[in-house]
Amino acid sequence: MSAVIDHHTDHAHGPAKGLMRWVLTTNHKDIGSMYLWFSFAMFLLGGTLAMVIRAELFQPGLQLVDPNFFNQMTTMHGLIMVFGAVMPAFVGLANWMVPLMIGAPDMALPRMNNFSFWLLPAAFGLLVSTLFMEGGAPNFGWTFYAPLSTTYGPQSTTFFIFAIHLAGISSIMGAINIIATILNMRAPGMTLMKMPMFAWTWLITAFLLIAVMPVLAGVVTMMLMDIHFGTSFFSAAGGGDPVLFQHVFWFFGHPEVYIMILPAFGAVSMIIPAFSRKPLFGYTSMVYATGAIAFLSFAVWAHHMFTVGIPLTGQLFFMYATMLIAVPTGVKVFNWATTMFRGSLSFEAPMLFAVAFVILFTIGGFSGLMLAIAPADYQYHDTYFVVAHFHYVLVPGAIFGIFASAYYWLPKWTGHMYDEVLAKTHFWMSFIGMNLAFFPMHFVGLAGMPRRIPDYNMMFANFNMVSSIGAFMFGATQLLFLYIVIKTIRGGKPAPAKPWDGAEGLEWTVPSPAPYHTFSTPPEVK
Amino acid sequence: MHDEGLSTGKLVKRLLLLVVGMFAFGFLLVPIYDVMCQAFGINGKTAGSAWQGSAQSVDLQREVRVQFLASNAEGMRWRFGPQDEEILMHPGETRTVHFLAHNPTDRVMVAQAIPSVAPSRAAAYFHKTECFCFTQQVLQPGESVEMPVRFIVDPALPKDVRRLTLAYTLFDVTERMAPSLGLTAMHSN
Amino acid sequence: MLRHARSWLIGLFLASLAGHTSASWTINMSPGATEVSRSVFNLHMTIFWISVIIGAMVFGVMFWSMIMHRRAKGAVAAKFHENLTVEILWTVIPLLILIGMAIPATKTLIEIYDTEDADLDILVTGYQWRWQYNYMGEGVSFMSNMATPREQITNQQAKGEHYLLEVDEPLVVPTGQKIRFLITSADVIHSWWVPALAVKKDAIPGFINESWTRIDEPGIYRGQCTELCGRDHAFMPIVVEARTPEDFATWLAERKATAAAEAELTSKEWTLEELMERGQRVYTSTCVACHQANGEGMPPVFPSLKGSELVLNDIAAHIDVVVNGVPGTAMAAYGPQLSETDIAAVITYERNAWGNDTGDIVAPIDILNFKNGQ
Repeated sequence: MSAVIDHHTDHAHGPAKGLMRWVLTTNHKDIGSMYLWFSFAMFLLGGTLAMVIRAELFQPGLQLVDPNFFNQMTTMHGLIMVFGAVMPAFVGLANWMVPLMIGAPDMALPRMNNFSFWLLPAAFGLLVSTLFMEGGAPNFGWTFYAPLSTTYGPQSTTFFIFAIHLAGISSIMGAINIIATILNMRAPGMTLMKMPMFAWTWLITAFLLIAVMPVLAGVVTMMLMDIHFGTSFFSAAGGGDPVLFQHVFWFFGHPEVYIMILPAFGAVSMIIPAFSRKPLFGYTSMVYATGAIAFLSFAVWAHHMFTVGIPLTGQLFFMYATMLIAVPTGVKVFNWATTMFRGSLSFEAPMLFAVAFVILFTIGGFSGLMLAIAPADYQYHDTYFVVAHFHYVLVPGAIFGIFASAYYWLPKWTGHMYDEVLAKTHFWMSFIGMNLAFFPMHFVGLAGMPRRIPDYNMMFANFNMVSSIGAFMFGATQLLFLYIVIKTIRGGKPAPAKPWDGAEGLEWTVPSPAPYHTFSTPPEVK
Repeated sequence: MHDEGLSTGKLVKRLLLLVVGMFAFGFLLVPIYDVMCQAFGINGKTAGSAWQGSAQSVDLQREVRVQFLASNAEGMRWRFGPQDEEILMHPGETRTVHFLAHNPTDRVMVAQAIPSVAPSRAAAYFHKTECFCFTQQVLQPGESVEMPVRFIVDPALPKDVRRLTLAYTLFDVTERMAPSLGLTAMHSN
Repeated sequence: MLRHARSWLIGLFLASLAGHTSASWTINMSPGATEVSRSVFNLHMTIFWISVIIGAMVFGVMFWSMIMHRRAKGAVAAKFHENLTVEILWTVIPLLILIGMAIPATKTLIEIYDTEDADLDILVTGYQWRWQYNYMGEGVSFMSNMATPREQITNQQAKGEHYLLEVDEPLVVPTGQKIRFLITSADVIHSWWVPALAVKKDAIPGFINESWTRIDEPGIYRGQCTELCGRDHAFMPIVVEARTPEDFATWLAERKATAAAEAELTSKEWTLEELMERGQRVYTSTCVACHQANGEGMPPVFPSLKGSELVLNDIAAHIDVVVNGVPGTAMAAYGPQLSETDIAAVITYERNAWGNDTGDIVAPIDILNFKNGQ
């Protein structure tokens, strides 16, 4: 790779001054930063709601909140974390890194990029405002099953629907932008099969988004029509069917799960080779495995519905298809492990998060495999076992993936090295807190504790207390991350263009911090 | 830049088309689901209109137990139940049973009965040629009515199904139907 | 640092082993009380051990690399990558393991779906927030409400052993017989789950679901609603009491007699005088402590019933308060506690005593309809 370092800091199009720089910016780096800050703010907000949940569950009995408010907390926690924290964080990473990785000067559609970001504060302002409305915020779970969310929903449901529409439009525009950028703006010589894994997994994720976000928009539109225009898509009284809601929702919902994990797969597939100083073992099979996971994700949605009473043949089909997903996922895990094998490993913060990602995500994958076995799922479904499962794939999966990426690219973003000691502290506190919080949930789930309950029998008390302590620890630790990032922005050891000796890719050929405009002349890729 | 593929404008147009298509597909899932339900009896759903099939030969060798169930949805105050709790019949045979409904309130009410068959895989073999669930029922205050269901169990019913349950849930749709039935004068409660 | 992680994991493992002795440190599913629940348990353990073995291999490679191939120890990276044979192997072997796993899972699932030839049919209906059980063809039907007192939930009283898992009237079933459950709901989606039976089925309004069980041993098996169904989702437990067929027959006969007696009272034509007389007795035993003998209560905590808007006007609202209580106040829900006849009598009494001469008669059937219609 030729060292194409273009200095454009004195370019006429430097950043504007003041607030309007951020409001009107079309620069992928500015927008990327805004996405990342927004998502971190939502992460803290969603985390705060989780702290309320864990505080109420610290002991049996009702101590702090009314059960209805508890339901609002679980609902808003889920919605904010999924749509406000994880998804925008990945879009932010894509904005920052995809153009740098593929040697493009910016995203393909910079103005749309600005708009798709600014829809998000509007969407989540609206969603969070429901907490202060009469009748309270949505209280029907992030899966908002009808008829609890339609006939029996609070007044604020309409605002919730509108917020989902806005967030959905934002995601769709973000996805279109990423596809257009990746397909049309690659530097000469950067063929698809030479693309970094993060660009690959994001390309596939973007197609998933385009395929399923409109379906989510459709399902909330149907809800809106049921609530306000007298249709009965989901109301049995008018010839509709509440189970239809679940089918349509999970047709969106299962690919959505992969939307939240595939970009993390990509980032980890770059970080592990960098700190193992050894190429990714099977680049090609990683690409195919990602494609296979995405493809299969459309054929497994009813495994979320094993207890609704679908016919035996349907049940068997969805059970087999779900088990099949373990195969490409296994390929990815085996590839990561083999990449590390006989490498020359060092454990800076990005690597620590990436290794924890592989191990803990795999544990989440195993519980996922257990959940795929339909007869066993009768025992697991809607218990804390499921809560443990999806927090294992989302917290050390998506969130650790984001942390790993953040530490990996922070030197590139800020021009400074982060404080390694603090970052390692952040890792170990998060790692211990997260395992303390979520591992015991497997136990209470298997012992019979249903999810989404504010109170429980004493037989679940010990592990719930452990969970709460772990959750408080994990939550508090994230303030340390905020401190580390601010500290890195404000100063620290200057970062070289390529701070990681094992790292590969075009992003390391530009100086740190990355200039406001990069690759105005496309680099040459051999 | 690559010139091998589509221009960005064309690409975005195609992607937007895909978005619109998927939004439409979300709605298309509704009729697709209905067709799937009727074909495979998902959810124990039965047809919403009279069965148009031809008369079938009665399988005298085989007997099927058919149970009848009635329940009220939330807010429904009618008394509602089957005349017979269960009957024995041959597949292919046409039978009629009655459900009784009584409106004990002091207002005109409209009800919609929703049928569901268990086991669900038998739903596709349960043919109703006449059913009160095809239309809504309007009852005056204190009025009672006897409502018929005429049905045939298809002789092709899987051999291992020896018992069928036909369950009706009665929903109060007075408010929804009031305008179209000219019942606006009544006091809604 | 990695050693830290490992010793911590080992510590957790030991802690969980030690926990085996105490019920509240339970870490695993129970094998349950039926043949199906044992098959499910076996599937659960099989897939668990498969996961453990694969996990041990993958994590073994990772930890080996992390310990032996550290740059700090002078490890030099090998350059190998891309090997089609290896990729094919780790695609095909897991696939074969999964096929091996799918076979017993399919067998158990087919068994779970076989609801034919049941000895007893029970209709289970979910309400916000209680269950109704109807022994089909037996004329026995009742509501099953959570029996845990409010004081225990709000921490004013010590919590009992079966806190939140106790009901006023359990579902009584015979052992050794195939019991088919028909499951539906009157309002939102609920889910009926008893872990020991490995039965979990959603109760969906307008639709009927099926499940079945055959319990080996007499005993009490507890469960909960497992689909979020609104505010009191945590407070609609399920208690199944399995008795020997003989005991069950005795119970059923008694329950029928009680039901018949109740039905007789409910369907009987009541006069105002009869209701007033019975109502006064109920009022004296149940209501007088708060609302006082003269009906004037102790405002503002216990409102006066004499000349009250509620008592003089809307009958339905009055019935609602007595049957369902007023959340957040001392007014309990008497629907589950008193018979329809007693509730009708006491409401009639309140509407006609102390100069509340409305002349309204509320008959037991009105209460029954109200409850059923709810």
